[in-house]
Amino acid sequence: MSSEFQLHPDLASTFALPVDALYFLLIFLSVIISGGIFIAIVVFCVKYRRRSEDESPKEIHGSLPLELAWSIIPMFMAIGVFALGADLYFRMYRSPADPIEIYAVGKQWMWKIQHPEGKREINELHVPINQAVRLTLASEDVIHSFFIPAFRVKRDVLPGRYTTMWFEATQIGEFHLFCAEYCGTQHSTMIGKVFVMEEEDYQNWLVGGVSGESMIEAGARQFKQLGCATCHKSDTSGRGPSLEGIFGRAEKMTSGEDIVADEDYLRESILNPQAKVLNGFKPIMPTFQGQISEETLLQLITYIKSLGEAAEE
Amino acid sequence: MSTATIEQQASTNGHGENYLNVEHGIKSWLLTLDHKRIGILYLVTITVFFLIGGLAASLIRLELMTPQGDLVEAHTFNKLFTMHGVAMIFFFLIPSVPAVLGNMVLPIMIGARDVAFPRLNLLSWYCLVAGGSLATLAIIMGGVDTGWTFYTPYSSTYSNSYVTLALAGVFINGFSSILTGVNFMTTVHKMRAPGMTWFRLPLFIWAQYATSLIMILGTPVVAITLLLLALERTLHIGIFDPALGGDPILFQHLFWFYSHPAVYIMIVPGFGVISEVIACFSRKRIFGYSFVAFSSMAIAVLGFLVWGHHMFTTGQSVYAGMVFSFITFLIAVPTAIKIFNWTATLYKGSISLESPMLYALGFIGLFTIGGLTGLFLSTMGTDIHMHDTYFVVAHFHYVMVGGMVMAFLSGLHFWWPKFIGRMYPEAMGKASASLIFVGFNLTFFPQFVLGYLGMPRRYHVYPDEFQILHVMSTGGATVLGLGYLILIGSLLWSVFKGPRAPQNPWGAKGLEWEIQTPPTLHNFETMPIVTEEAYAYDNRHQAAQEEESTTAPAQQEEEVV
Repeated sequence: MSSEFQLHPDLASTFALPVDALYFLLIFLSVIISGGIFIAIVVFCVKYRRRSEDESPKEIHGSLPLELAWSIIPMFMAIGVFALGADLYFRMYRSPADPIEIYAVGKQWMWKIQHPEGKREINELHVPINQAVRLTLASEDVIHSFFIPAFRVKRDVLPGRYTTMWFEATQIGEFHLFCAEYCGTQHSTMIGKVFVMEEEDYQNWLVGGVSGESMIEAGARQFKQLGCATCHKSDTSGRGPSLEGIFGRAEKMTSGEDIVADEDYLRESILNPQAKVLNGFKPIMPTFQGQISEETLLQLITYIKSLGEAAEE
Repeated sequence: MSTATIEQQASTNGHGENYLNVEHGIKSWLLTLDHKRIGILYLVTITVFFLIGGLAASLIRLELMTPQGDLVEAHTFNKLFTMHGVAMIFFFLIPSVPAVLGNMVLPIMIGARDVAFPRLNLLSWYCLVAGGSLATLAIIMGGVDTGWTFYTPYSSTYSNSYVTLALAGVFINGFSSILTGVNFMTTVHKMRAPGMTWFRLPLFIWAQYATSLIMILGTPVVAITLLLLALERTLHIGIFDPALGGDPILFQHLFWFYSHPAVYIMIVPGFGVISEVIACFSRKRIFGYSFVAFSSMAIAVLGFLVWGHHMFTTGQSVYAGMVFSFITFLIAVPTAIKIFNWTATLYKGSISLESPMLYALGFIGLFTIGGLTGLFLSTMGTDIHMHDTYFVVAHFHYVMVGGMVMAFLSGLHFWWPKFIGRMYPEAMGKASASLIFVGFNLTFFPQFVLGYLGMPRRYHVYPDEFQILHVMSTGGATVLGLGYLILIGSLLWSVFKGPRAPQNPWGAKGLEWEIQTPPTLHNFETMPIVTEEAYAYDNRHQAAQEEESTTAPAQQEEEVV
């Protein structure tokens, strides 16, 4: 990131080049179309300027071939650009397998980031170069939006549900992080820095400083402290379902519908347990709405996910 | 349109009794049922809101001269951009062409003495005044800081400003739109003069008709949405705030279901003006009349199916996003058809560059850029980067100011002599048109670059490297503001001192140019009978039509019924 005047943003992720390519294609098409129109207007205005007050130009009603030409050709151009844009969007939407998972919580007016290894940061995000990184985003209050211009990525951060985004950085350096969705008085100070580091530096950074427990450890501690373990036992003897391997599994609910236990389902089941109860269990779990922060929730979910991994092995 | 009776009327064109001097006193204005006077009431009202919105814009641009927040505090800045958006969109742009120019010329263009429901028409103006007063009260009491989009849950739960009051203002103002829409639609259906068939209608009428459709179908949805928001804010009924069990994205769906069509309310009537002006100042029938007419209708209908393109970054379903993106690309086609047809109308015309025409050509230039940059944002892959940046701000202003405001000013200059009865100073008109065109580009073109660099919208302070482009933008805004001041000054001057206007200063076609200047209270002394298509500028064509006209009327009356 340079603080010098620029006309074009840095290209620092694998998306930067395809987004810019599409952008320049659009500029090219726009210049051709608008250039043609502007030249035609200027030429006509000069060539057919009114030379005497009683001029009466001959009537021209229109031309069907012309109308068809300038409807159909732009339509095919539009469909072509649509397809390119949709394809790119698809790639931005689907994260590759086994990315580095990082969790971010937005609140008025700061970004709080947790790495699974336990490292936490505020308004800063450290990532390694040339590796896919997947961010899970949550908001504690209003809608925010996580925007890294040099990576050409942006995703709204919503209260009440998780959104995700992914990117792969390709350039070492420091880049802007902005909140792009208006979120109140200090909206424009809800900004930060993204640091892209060599893999080795990133690993050193992760273990450096006073990093305490990992997110899974923190989640396990909360799981005990909040009393979850009383009912959710590792075997089937508890009053609640066992959480071993539950993440990602499709389960039948008391309502009869099948639901995959993803992050949003786990989140809802902690905050509003009566909403979707697993078939065969009673709606007896108390709500934790308002009692635990978004960060603790993410730790609990990370812990529950890890129970699944243990079961697979 | 040139029947014997109308020619007689024309010869009596003097400045005797007309709608402006038939009655005097404040009461005769505030209780008037005359569509032309109501048009003037609208003009005065929206000018006040334009000045309020413009003042806010000036302060915003001054603040953004430097990267630090030095002129106003963050809280004030947020109130300023909200005030700018609310005043300009709800109280200036939406009523501009439909309610001001539409009221003045729509009934006359179709040969009617007034709109179908004159009392509703007056009521709709009072709705604007009442809504506008509430919104102004909200500003005076301390302002609103949600942005004109009122996104939840910020607006419903977190904002400590006069949100409910502003919502009430916008809500009441919505009825103004609905009533005007109902009125115009009925008028066009039921009150056309004998011989004024659908395909003889001036394209301005087609555009107004399409706009009325959007107003009637869309405005109730935003009214309901804002009502729900007010209920959540005051009574804490959970609809949009997840802490109360609501869904914040639901608000965006409902809001954009109206507010995307609303940008067509703010541009389609402008298309109508441009068709009239281009035809008149090149003395040609509009090229491809029916394509231009139907493209307005296509835009009105398709406009209801694209709202999700405002939400590509919210995490809505990928497939839903693709449908919204695709339909947005389709809507570009009828828009392009219009631009191409206007340009083709100039071909082999007799082109004269008076102020209305300068504004109209400026419109084509700026709107073309505004429309094409819209495609950058409907392309999903690039929208992710540009969403909520200055690129969107620039695109929106190219369409709304470069498009609608230019069209409004074009129409205002075009019909000014007819309704005010005096000519505006032509040199000043040309000077202000040129200054506005140049100033506008200087203001908003740098914002495209800023946006792609990543400058987010609604930022009070920003990183240093963006300053040069912001300073350019503020410099341009100064030129733009100067252009508007000259414009307002010269129009005001002409009301009192301008030379008397002749009946038809532009040699234009259309019923409004065949009646007295300024028009009498009832527009027409006798029922006009229409015998030819709109824009019959070709004399040869006209001569042939006149020979036919002796037999034509009876047959055409049947068509109307």
